[in-house]
Amino acid sequence: MGFYMARTRRKWGMRVDKTLTFRRGVHPREAAGGKLETRGLPIESAAAPSVVAVPLSQHVGAPAKPLVRPGTPVLMGQKIAAPDGFVSAAVHSPVSGIVKSIQTRIVAGGRRVEAVIIENNALDEWDTSLMPVRDADDPAQLLAAIREAGVVGMGGAAFPTHVKLSPPAEKSIDTVILNGAECEPYLSADHRVMLEETDAVLDGLRLAARIVGAKTLCIGVEDNKTDAIEALRRAGGGAHVFALRTKYPQGGEKMLIRAVTGRSVPSGGLPMDVGCVVLNVSTAAAISRAVREGRPVIDRVLTVTGAVRQAKNLRVRIGVDIDSVIEQCGGADAQANKIVLGGPMMGLCAYNPHTPVTKGVSGILLFADHESERPLSNCVRCGGCVNVCPVGLMPLTLYALSRKGFYERARDEQHLMDCIECGACAYQCPSRLPLVQQIRAAKSALRRG
Amino acid sequence: MEYSGLKRVASSPHIRAGRSVQGVMLEVIIALVPAGAFGAYFFGWRALLVIAVSVASAVFWEWLYARMAKKPCTVGDLSAVVTGLLLAYNLPVTVPVWMPAVGTLLAIVLVKMIFGGLGANFVNPALTARAILMVSWVNFMSGGAYETAVRGLDAVSTATPLAAPESYSLWQLFVGQCPGCIGEVGRAAILVGGVYLIVRRVISWRIPVLMLGTLFVCTWLAEGAPAAGLRAILSGGAFLGAFFMATDYATSPVTPAGKLVMGVGCGLIAFVIRRFSSMPEGVSYAILIMNLTVPLLDRYLKPRVFGEVKKRA
Repeated sequence: MGFYMARTRRKWGMRVDKTLTFRRGVHPREAAGGKLETRGLPIESAAAPSVVAVPLSQHVGAPAKPLVRPGTPVLMGQKIAAPDGFVSAAVHSPVSGIVKSIQTRIVAGGRRVEAVIIENNALDEWDTSLMPVRDADDPAQLLAAIREAGVVGMGGAAFPTHVKLSPPAEKSIDTVILNGAECEPYLSADHRVMLEETDAVLDGLRLAARIVGAKTLCIGVEDNKTDAIEALRRAGGGAHVFALRTKYPQGGEKMLIRAVTGRSVPSGGLPMDVGCVVLNVSTAAAISRAVREGRPVIDRVLTVTGAVRQAKNLRVRIGVDIDSVIEQCGGADAQANKIVLGGPMMGLCAYNPHTPVTKGVSGILLFADHESERPLSNCVRCGGCVNVCPVGLMPLTLYALSRKGFYERARDEQHLMDCIECGACAYQCPSRLPLVQQIRAAKSALRRG
Repeated sequence: MEYSGLKRVASSPHIRAGRSVQGVMLEVIIALVPAGAFGAYFFGWRALLVIAVSVASAVFWEWLYARMAKKPCTVGDLSAVVTGLLLAYNLPVTVPVWMPAVGTLLAIVLVKMIFGGLGANFVNPALTARAILMVSWVNFMSGGAYETAVRGLDAVSTATPLAAPESYSLWQLFVGQCPGCIGEVGRAAILVGGVYLIVRRVISWRIPVLMLGTLFVCTWLAEGAPAAGLRAILSGGAFLGAFFMATDYATSPVTPAGKLVMGVGCGLIAFVIRRFSSMPEGVSYAILIMNLTVPLLDRYLKPRVFGEVKKRA
């Protein structure tokens, strides 16, 4: 509706609301209320834990190869695992101390990965060989520094950033967009990073643009973060700051590109197909630190909130137990029974409280969830899922086909693979059907072949 | 630290919108109250009796079916209440009290439960029941059935406005000073309920607006007078059908484009039946016919997929 109204108003020469957005989507109640508790809280540095478990696979792609053995002394920031192939990322020690062992750990979502267990000597001795980039005008040096620092997408997907910034030669990139939408309810980590590390964020944006040769620099921020929008605009630096309508999934890559540039990433395509690269704001800050200080990704900012005594925005070391992070927030409420890593719409559940924080974890949410997970009823065909799907799919049909195992039909007739798994359909469903969950299962079944 | 309560692991999303199926049905019931209240005021206590029998029997049949079929009991979702209300609203106040109970048996068991329950039926339960009652007991359901003393009208009316179009003014039709079924005459009240559903985003504006709009325009063009168009949408079951029957979730398209076609189709078929067939009223058949096209509409009128590349020849 809003889309057509804006178009008509433009046609009639009327002023069009400057707030930009995409079609459909949802407005979770929690989107407003959930952030109130943490949006005003400055980032605090969490105490360093006595032991960290640094997973070798915190990113999309091949797990990193360990460079250390039990007994190896390590310094803070020292590379402890090297990328295995191009689509992979380096891993660094978040503390100084001694490697105890390499063990299997369960990370969010239930994946078992190898992790380097390091005992912290509490001295925080930096690896002095870490150096800033000598020539910040040389894209090759910048890219190497980002790769060396193990920078991955910090919005959640954890895709290696150096891969994103190395598009094939035939794709020309004219626009780099920073994703500051933070459309997930409850989270305010990116919000705080934009406010408190404004210069690093903008610097990272400029560096990324230099690497891919883009001329247009954009930042998209939901309009519930007016202070961040102000701060970014004040800092200037040639970036266009867009206030986006507060609506989920505004931070979806395709939705963001549409809102900011008006371009539609083709079905099955990538942002680079429309000349865009999208980076999370925290990733941009990490790029800046990697280039200017030679500092690898050994910590990150995340929001701890929900059924916890004292909600906080914390800068925590990679590899710390979420349990110890929660304890620094006064501990969990007695009725808490679910820990989600990431946002409530797309975050993954922790299988136990000793799950390590990884580079892609933007929040630790505790839920006191006493609702049954079973569907309430049949599909009543209300069409709510169709009305909210930002991609224009028919989740109820995908669900019905997938339940019967007709994965190919779901793919060929109903665009199954276009689903971005945002979960708006399952959020909306009055029958509480596991729509996106079933769709995910169908997609992975097809990928397995 | 121990988390004795940390037991839950689930796939995202971890939050849900507030509205449940029961909540949706409750909204529909709330929206149906004004029309029923007007019917009770206008036709007297007997209207309430018919409504009560209809609702109670609808719930009873659903409960009994679940029990006999050894299925989980679903009466808590309140959809049987809605079906009961809608069937009663589609009956003349003079029907024998056993008729709504027979009607809901057909609606709930034959049309809804046998096909898989809520959401799985392919035609509107209340309208199908009404159609069966109509052909089975013509004398109870048409013509003389509408001859009854009602509040505000001096004489006992002899014909529905559709059979004798000029007997009532447009205003009388709108406020409901005319004969008809229990829940269809209070058109102002129906409008209030319908607007409530649209505002609360339970139904889309598309089907009711397009259905009434099409009926209005077709009649206007055929009769050459806009007043005739207004008379068409203000008589018979057009209002009740447009806001409450054609918008039934299970039997209307889920896509916006499908809803537009559904609305136009209902309006067009209602117009054709009223004008060219021997039946005075065609709204319920129009909706039932369009119900049958819904799977097709959902199949071919899908929303455009984000970034879909146009196929080149």
